[in-house]
Parts: sequence; C-alpha cells; structure tokens
Amino acid sequence: MAGSSSSIMDNLFQRTLDDLIKSMRLQLLNESTFISKSIEDIRREIKSTDPQTKSTALQKLTYLSAIHGVDMSWASFHVVEVMSSSLFSHKRIGYHAASISFHDSTPVLLLITNQLRKDLSSTNHFHASLALHCLSTIATLDLSRDLTPDLFNLLSSSRVFIRNKAIAVVLRVFDKYPDAVRVCFKRLVENLESSDPHVVTAVIGVFCELSSKDPRPYLQLAPEFHRILVNSKNNWILIKVLKIFARLAPLEPRLGKKIVEPICEHIRRSGAKSLVFECVRIVITSLSDHESAVKLAVSKIRELLVDQDPNLRYLGLHALSVAAPKHLWAVLENKDAVIKSLDDEDSNIKIESLRLLMAMVSESNVVEISRVLLNYALKSDPEFCNEILGSVLTTCGRNDYEIIVDFDWYVSLLGEMATIPHCQKDEEIENQLIDIGMRVKDARLQLVRVARDLLIDPALLGNVYLHRILCAAAWVAGEYVQLVRNPLELIDALVQPRTNLLPPSIRAVYINSVLKVLSFCLDCYLDQDEGTASSYCCNLAGEQSEMFLVKTHTEAPELVATTREGSNYEQDEGFNPRNTTIESSDDLSDENDTDRVVTLLSMKNFTHESVVSLLNRIELIFSSLTANQDVEVLERARNIFAFVQLVKAEIIDNSGQNVDKKYTQVSAVIKSIRDAFSMELGPVSISAQGRVAVPDGLVLNENLDDLKAICGDIELPSSSSFYTGGPQFGTASDASSSNLLKNDESGPSNESTSLLEHRKRHGLYYLASDKSETVPNDYPPANDPKANSNINDEADALAKLTEQSLLLKKRTNQMKPRPVVVKLDDGDAAPIPDKRPEPINDSLSGAIKDVLGSEANLSVSRSNPLDKSSTKRKGKKKLGTDLPSEMKENLGDAEKPDPENPNPSSKSKERRRRGKEKIVEGEEPEQRGKKKSSHRHGRHKTHQRANSPLNVVSQAPVIPDFLL
Amino acid sequence: MIRAVLVMNTQGKPRLAKFYEFLPVEKQQEIIRNVFAVLCSRPEHVSNFVDAESFFGPDARLVYKHLATLYFVFIFDGSENELAMLDLIQVFVETLDKCFRNVCELDVVFNYSKMHTILDEIIFGGQVLETSSTEVMKAVEEISKLDAASSAINLVPKSVSSWRSR
Repeated sequence: MAGSSSSIMDNLFQRTLDDLIKSMRLQLLNESTFISKSIEDIRREIKSTDPQTKSTALQKLTYLSAIHGVDMSWASFHVVEVMSSSLFSHKRIGYHAASISFHDSTPVLLLITNQLRKDLSSTNHFHASLALHCLSTIATLDLSRDLTPDLFNLLSSSRVFIRNKAIAVVLRVFDKYPDAVRVCFKRLVENLESSDPHVVTAVIGVFCELSSKDPRPYLQLAPEFHRILVNSKNNWILIKVLKIFARLAPLEPRLGKKIVEPICEHIRRSGAKSLVFECVRIVITSLSDHESAVKLAVSKIRELLVDQDPNLRYLGLHALSVAAPKHLWAVLENKDAVIKSLDDEDSNIKIESLRLLMAMVSESNVVEISRVLLNYALKSDPEFCNEILGSVLTTCGRNDYEIIVDFDWYVSLLGEMATIPHCQKDEEIENQLIDIGMRVKDARLQLVRVARDLLIDPALLGNVYLHRILCAAAWVAGEYVQLVRNPLELIDALVQPRTNLLPPSIRAVYINSVLKVLSFCLDCYLDQDEGTASSYCCNLAGEQSEMFLVKTHTEAPELVATTREGSNYEQDEGFNPRNTTIESSDDLSDENDTDRVVTLLSMKNFTHESVVSLLNRIELIFSSLTANQDVEVLERARNIFAFVQLVKAEIIDNSGQNVDKKYTQVSAVIKSIRDAFSMELGPVSISAQGRVAVPDGLVLNENLDDLKAICGDIELPSSSSFYTGGPQFGTASDASSSNLLKNDESGPSNESTSLLEHRKRHGLYYLASDKSETVPNDYPPANDPKANSNINDEADALAKLTEQSLLLKKRTNQMKPRPVVVKLDDGDAAPIPDKRPEPINDSLSGAIKDVLGSEANLSVSRSNPLDKSSTKRKGKKKLGTDLPSEMKENLGDAEKPDPENPNPSSKSKERRRRGKEKIVEGEEPEQRGKKKSSHRHGRHKTHQRANSPLNVVSQAPVIPDFLL
Repeated sequence: MIRAVLVMNTQGKPRLAKFYEFLPVEKQQEIIRNVFAVLCSRPEHVSNFVDAESFFGPDARLVYKHLATLYFVFIFDGSENELAMLDLIQVFVETLDKCFRNVCELDVVFNYSKMHTILDEIIFGGQVLETSSTEVMKAVEEISKLDAASSAINLVPKSVSSWRSR
C-alpha cells in the first residue's frame, strides 16, 4: 500500500525534464550538488511501476548524461523496460537512452533483440525508424546476425523514409557481422539504381564509408558510380561519388581516363564550391597524370586563394600543399598568394602557408627564405614562432643537411634562432649543433664562434629554453678548443657565476669543457716554453696579431670513434677507451692533415703570470664546487680541482727558470689528458651499438637488473649520471694517468659494458634516433630582452620577402664548394616505420569480394580476369553447388547475393536487365578461370587482356574492362 | 562519416552533444572541453576549420560556426567534404530556426528532445541522410504529433507538471 501511494505521489509531483532544466538554471548553489540530488530522485522514480514516471525519470537521466556527463550505465535495465513500452513517446525516450548509453559490452543488449525485431517490422514506420536509429549506433555482432533478415526486408521497403535508414544501418551491420554481406549486398547495390535521390544518397554514403577501409572490392561497381557521376544533379551524391573514385582511381589506371572528363565538366559548370573543391581534390590526388585536368584544377585553386572567404583561402592553400609533392610548379605559380597568407590573422592559413613555403625551399633560396621566416618568427606569437623555427630546422636538417651549401651561414642561423625570445626548439637546435660539429669539418670554426657568442652572454643563462643549446655550445667549444680564438675568455664564460642557474647535468658538461680548454691552454703554454713542435701546437713564436698556420688533427671519422664516443664529457680518465685508438688515428692524421688558417690573437699570450692566475682562479671556483650536491658536478669539479693543484705546484715552483726542461712530470700528465681529448669524434651509426659483440659470459640484462636493485631508490636526473660501475677514480692525477695506461690494456668487455651503461645514462651525445621530437611547452615563454632589438618591422620583412626570397639569385657563397658532410654508409637515421597501413584484408572485404565475384585471393586473382561472359554463364548454372558451406547456410534461394558487375559499355537499360539476373559468385577462382576461356571470344574487348594475364598491374586485382 | 555533433554556448556549456560512436561520458566531457578551448581562442572572421586530430584521433577534422551565443560544431573524417559540412551546419540551424521561429539559446536549452529529433532526421548514424530543412520539418512535425498523441493518455501528470512550471 505504501509502495503504491508513494508511486502516485511520485507521479503527481515528479519534475519533468523541463522542470529539471528550469530549476537547474535558477539554482544558485553548486551545480554538482544539484545534479547529485536530482540523480537521487531519478534513482527512486525510475523504479516506479508507473511507466510515465519511469520514462520521465529516464529522460532526465539521459539529459544529465548527455549534457552533464553523468554516468547512466547503472540504468541500462530500465532503458530496456522503457524501450519496450507500447507508447511511442516512451519508446522514443527509451531508444534515445539506449543509443547514447549502450555499447558493445552492455549486458542487457541480449534482451533487446526481440524488441528490436518487433519494432523493425512494425507497421508504424516511426517505430521502425526508432529501432533503426538505435541499431545504427549500438548494433553488435549478435544483434547484427539476428536482425539481418529483418534489415534485408527493409532494404526494399516502399517507404523511402525507412529504406534509406535501413541502407545506412547496413554499414554498421557489415562492420560487425561481415557475413551479412552475403545476404544484403545485392539489395544494397540494387538501390544504387533507385530514382529517389534520398536512397542514392544513403547507398553512396555507405559505399563511401566501405571504400575507406578497403577500396579494392568496389572496383567492380565503378560503372554504377560512373553513371551517377555523369547523371546525378545532387551535389551531396556527387561529392560522395568523387570520394569513392579518389580511392578507386589509384587502383585501376584505366579508370582515370573515364572519369577525368566528367570531373572537369563539373569543375567548369558547377556553382557549388564544395563540389568544385572535391573535384579539385580528386584531380590533384588521384588524377595527377592528366595534365589538362591538373591545370584546370590549379586555376581553380588560384581563384580560391584570392577569395574573400577565409575558408576558401584555407582550403586553397590546403589543396596546394596536397599538390606540392607532385606539382611544385603549382605552388611556385601561386607563391605571391602563399607569401601573403603568411601574414594572415588566421592561424590555419598561416600554418598552411608556412608548409607551402617550406615545400618551395631549395638549395638556391634557402638562405633568403630562412632569413625572412626568422624575421617573421621574431614578431609572431610564441606558437607560430616555434612552428616557423621547427619547420626551418626540419627542412634544413633533412637528409643530412642536403640543401645547405653554406654551413657557416647555417651555423650562425642556428645561433640566431637560439636567441629568438620565444624559441622553444632547444632540443633540435642542440642536436643540430652537435651533429654539424661531428659531420661537417669545415663548419667547426664558425660553430666555435657561434658557441662562444652564446656562452659569453650571461643573460642567456637565465632562460630555461636555452639550457640545452648552451649545453651543446659548451661541448662544441670544449671539443674544438684548438679553433677558439681566445681560450681564456672561453674559460671565463664557462665558469661565470650565473652558470649555477644551469641544471646539474648541463653544468657537468660545462665543467668538462673547462677541463678540455684548460688542458689545451697548459699544453700550449708548455709547448711554447719548451719550444717543441707538437702536432697541435699553435705557437710559432711569431708576433702578436698575426695569422698563424695551425695544424689540426683531422682524422677521417671512423667507426672506431664509437668506442670513445661516450667519454667526450666523461671526466673519469680511469676508463677512457679513447686511448685505444690513438695510435691508429695518429697514423691517419699524417695523411689527412690539413692546414687551416686561424686567426689567433691571444694564443701566445700564455705568459707565466696569466697561466698561474688562471690556475688560481679555477682552483678558487672549483673548490666551492667540490661541495656540490650533484654527483656528476661534484666529481668533475674535484677532478679539475686536483688536477689544477698538481699542475700549479709544479708550475709555480719552476717560475723564472723556464730555460730548463723541468715540466716533465706535469707535461706528461697534460699530454695524456690532451691526447684523450684530441681524437676527433664522428657521427655514430644508430646501429653501432649492435655491432659491438657481447663477450662470452656477459649477460647484459642481468647486470642492468642488478643496477636497478642497487640504486632503485635513488632518483636519477634524466641525463645526469651516477657512477655505479667502472673504476672509481681517485683525486690524484698521477693515479689517473697510470689508470689511463692500465685501461688501455683492459679487455673489450670493459669497454662495451661501460659504453652500454654510458649510453643509457648520457643519451645526450649519442645521435638521437628521433631528432624531430618536439619539446613540451610547459614553461612560460622565454624572454630575452636583448634579442628584441633586431626585430624588423612587419612591412619591411614582407617587402623583403616578396622582393627577393624566391628569386633564384646566384649568391657569392654558392661559388664555394659545399663542404663534405660525413654520412654513414648505412645511414644513421632510425628507419622510419612505414606509415601506410597494410591493405586491410579483413573479413568484410573478403565477404564483399566473394559476393562481388571478385577474387578472394589476390595472387590467384591476378591470373583470372573476370569476364562478363563467364560469370554470366556461371550465373545460369545451378546455384549452390560451388558455394562454400557457410554461404549455403545463409542463403535461401531467394537471397542470392550478388550481382556480377555491370559492364561499362552497357547502357542503363542493359544494366537493369542484368541486375535482375543476379548470380552467385561462390566458385573457386581456378574453376572460373577454366570456364571462362571458352566463352571469352569476341564478346568483349577484354579478351586480349585476359589472354595475357601477366602484364596486369601487380597491385590491382584485375577487373572487367568495364569502362573502356 | 560524421563522428560527433556538438552545440555549446560561448561560455563552454554544452547544449547538445551527440557522438556517433560510443564514448564513455568522461571522454565526452573532455572532448567538449578541448573543443571549447580551441574555439574560444580563435578570433572572429577567420576560417571555420580546426584540426581535430589531437582530440579526436587521426583524420578527424572539425568545422564550426559561431552564431549569436552558440557554437555549432561538427567533427568528421576524410569521407566528408569540409564545405559540405559547413553547409550542413547551415541546414541544421535553418531547421532549428523554422522549428522555433528565430531560434535562440534558450530554445536549444529547453528542447533537448526536439533538438535530437531534428538532428536524427538529418544525420543518421554518422551519415547525412537529409539535407532539406523542409523535409526534416515534415518528419519532425509528424513525430511530435505522434508523441503528443501517445502521451495525451496520461493527462494528470502532464497538467500537474505544466501547472508546476508556471
């Protein structure tokens, strides 16, 4: 009693959906509390026995779910209850709720099959429509299988309202239950001939979707599509047909010839921009061999580019960038419009235009285009600025700097990019700076200059986005220190106080560079003192401000270099595999030595005093660092500190008596350190690691597991390191030198394991496998007030751009031969995964191929061109004997699937006739082939083709010569 | 096909959300938020296309129209023509206009069910079936009639609710 009365009360005072929306709008309180209160009411009301109360509750719940994201999966059983109401208004609420909340794993789906069947066959077509709507979003394998016969009936419903919905549902049903193809496909194809445009729209829509997954099976329907393309006046249908042809045309070269004329006709005649655009798109993507059509399409694109409507301008640019790979001339022809678009207020348009501009870049204009783009980057918003920088970097870096002739220019450009205020492309610039250093010998001098300019500016250290670039600069300056104009100044830059703003991993690189520069200075000093001519001595005891010839080691990069690659900023002389190759490289150096002219202003300024003060200063600075928290920084600082103390003692001792050769001990140490740093690094093949043989008895994985166990609780900063393996290195530098020697003899196992670990920790200086990785922009944009000074004003940049950027001017520096860029024989880029999806040969395509009489198996199919006469003959044969057993189960005689495809040359009348004599194509292809032979003669032009099956295009299954 | 149709106001409140493939509600809300974040950052009088791959998977495009206080958003894939989708938004809005006589945001807010009926007549399971607003109106009117006829049986709560809402 209480139950029924409460249900009456519910019924009387239930809020409707309108009430709910109104009170929610009036609600001044928290929306979420209001929603949860409403859900409470709904939970109570939905259990009511009164169908009105229940359906209203469900309607409210559906609303809250769709608009406010409330979970309604708990109510799925109630949805089924409401669906089964006989009242249309309730049913509608139920079906709507089901279509938004049911999914493949909803358990109650099993309960609705009969309800759906009942509604599908209802005499009230609105009931059927509800069921179809619901099926179009929730159909599962089971539902599809069980309801296929009902759908089959609806496919020929006399009410267009129902028929086109049934057609559209077929798409989902085929997807879930491919066997439905055998039942429904024939009727689906028949509907292509309907005179009602609604029906045709629906069928073409279905074929368009089907062909997006695997277009091959539908080649046979091309004649039907062609007829629609020529005859239809409905733009929606035409667009969809064009979409289908765009997928079919690449598969069958003969198709292009047939469709190009009607398409051009549409381009010329149609007033509908959408249709024209679709025609243009198919011409530039799929019909690019048809020159006159392409010209027509490009002329249309030009119209779009100058249109008032930004949508059309955007699509025009988009079409151009689609055309760019095959028809660069189209882009060049429209370059003015493209350049103008770079200034558009619409970011879509700007980005498209940037893409096009990059497509136009070549060896001859890269300098101008980059210059102009950089000026644009300076005045753009941060996002577009980085978009520009990213494209310039990617384009210039492509294929080992393929388009770069003047590396001095490019290196300076990189430096300039680094100082652009919004630049966040630090990782890419870093990689390229190091990569160029290793690959392009001739660029090193300029590289060192650029690095010095970056390092010396204290303001740059405050910008997080510059840290990685500075890291590269520090490495470059240290590695190629013999090219540095003023090493003392460089040391000052590397130890300036603001370096404490750097993250420890980068600071460690700085410290290591200090060691390189310092050892170089000391070496020069000693050489000049002793007057010996070392191979990299730069001091010829000449006058100041003179040009000196400097011999630098320029060993040919070799793979051997990989063994020492890791040690480039490794301070631990204890293991330094680099020395293992010293001998061989010395031999090589004799052959490859080149003389380089370097302006050395201060090289010989290494007076005793300057060296002593340098040592004092370094000692002072690094003594404070020896208490640093970071292991890497700490250790490197200690090493330098100890080294300096050792060297200083002896140098000071011997002051004033430099005639004698008394630096023997020190110079031996310095020499070994110098030697350790002097061999040239080359690019490392990405597969190099794999070529290092793993010695017997060494299980790499095991070791690494241990590593995890040992330092699992220590949080390693991403690229800083923590020594767990390898000989720990004492602070005394004699120890280091002896260690060094010892290590030369140590076996390869030591090398390879430490290399592995090293690579793991310091991915930084190994060539990255993926250089184009973008940097997350979580940080506020960088701000460097200095760089703002060189912003050109907008008009200036634009004018400059239009004037000169694209002119193929002969530049003076083009006269200079392009320097050698070291490339590895096997390429060092990671193999790019093939992005093209494998042709999907799923069960759906299989079923459709079966039904269409096309060959199920491509390899067999190639030798069996389908021929109208043969299939016809087979059609007349008794059905079923050749059918695969599962097909027999599915097919009554009444439901013979699919039609052979109409012959192209046939007029529509003939086609209709043939449509009626549909036949089953279940035969094994071999059999078909045999039968065909006797019937081929003279009936078709195809027979010649069939006689020479081998010359068929390998990808496309052979299709009847319907269009020729 | 069309993957989703969204209508939201210029404050980012969703007014209609229809996804043609099942998505959990949290994901739906996330997409609505992402779409709004992109739309509200775009100035007036720029192109109506947005790259939707970042929040709707590969090959997804988005076209929107900003009318009065509402954004109408269609998300679709490579099987649809961009300009045709723009036209379709126009068809949808025209139909709403016919249905509600000068449609405004409030009509959209209070006619959740009718909005869906209209949309369902235009787009069926992600495919465009009807592009004439007159035809759509005919169907919608018939459905409304049927709806009213079937719920007229239950007079009491109907009258009570209308009384309450006054």
